[in-house]
Amino acid sequence: MKQLRADLHIHTCLSPCADREMSPPAVVRWGRDSGLDLIAVCDHNSAENVAAAARAAEDTGLAVIGGMEISSREEVHVLGIFRDDLSLLSAQEVVYENLRGDNDPETFGEQLVMNARGEVIGHNDRLLIGATALALEEVVRTIHRFGGLAIAAHVDRPSFSIISQLGYIPPGLGLDAVEVCSDEPPPMREDLAVIRSSDAHRSEEIGSRYTSFLVESPTVLEIGMALRRVRGRRTLT
Amino acid sequence: MNLSDVVQKLGLEVLAGQGALTAEVRGGYASDLLSDVIAHGREGDLWVTLQTHMNIVAVASMKDMAGIVLVNGRRPEADTLQKAGMENVVLLVSMLPTFELVGRLYRLGLSGERT
Repeated sequence: MKQLRADLHIHTCLSPCADREMSPPAVVRWGRDSGLDLIAVCDHNSAENVAAAARAAEDTGLAVIGGMEISSREEVHVLGIFRDDLSLLSAQEVVYENLRGDNDPETFGEQLVMNARGEVIGHNDRLLIGATALALEEVVRTIHRFGGLAIAAHVDRPSFSIISQLGYIPPGLGLDAVEVCSDEPPPMREDLAVIRSSDAHRSEEIGSRYTSFLVESPTVLEIGMALRRVRGRRTLT
Repeated sequence: MNLSDVVQKLGLEVLAGQGALTAEVRGGYASDLLSDVIAHGREGDLWVTLQTHMNIVAVASMKDMAGIVLVNGRRPEADTLQKAGMENVVLLVSMLPTFELVGRLYRLGLSGERT
């Protein structure tokens, strides 16, 4: 069993609110420099920079997991992280089918799609900052349908969190974990695992919060086991 | 009616957008979901909300709304305030909860309907 340092919530320049300098290779480089073993790239409602980050991380020793930060109809942000490209892209298709509107780069920021060298290969024109038409339960169900882990994002924040939008965590929702982005103690519930991550939108934030996992390898399957505390896998506090 | 009338009559605190207080208020909209305001907010509306995130400024600006009123004495995040200042978006605070504030706005003659 290995101890891996993971920051499972990092944005790239695909997110309109993230810095332009957050190119996939730069995110990978900064991830390594800050001592991380594993990152998850989770842009708002899109995964179009995941492949570039994964490619940029080849042979670097940093593992990259693909995900999205999906916004539910109630404007609750949920991280979905996935085992492979097919699952991720299938989930992205459902998100896109339920996301209305076009981005206004002047108002919300640019949404750059890049290759592994950090060159711009396109712009995403969807309103990624917007909310999907999916209810929170449907977001969680969609993530699970494609074998992903559903993690309520930044539950300690006053905006776009399950706590700010609903005021509580509905029992039976089926979350795999909740995420906190500060050093504050999380709103504890016995049956819910807690992770810490940075929600980095800027370079200096990468790895500023992280979770240490005791797992065999840096995969979604192993992380899922650690969150459920089975077969010796667990998070370390 | 312009914004400064509303500010004065309801005792609102002006946090940003002082330069735009002469703007006419044409109606009102109350909602705490940004996506709902993107869909239904109109030009010239005064937007009543409890959300304090920076994106409220972007939404109000995109929809050319007259301004934003935060309810219950809520304070915006620092970057919200900064962005509102930079973009000259009127950001106001009321100590009243939404129901009370909207009632008083309505009594002043503002409506959610447009004729």
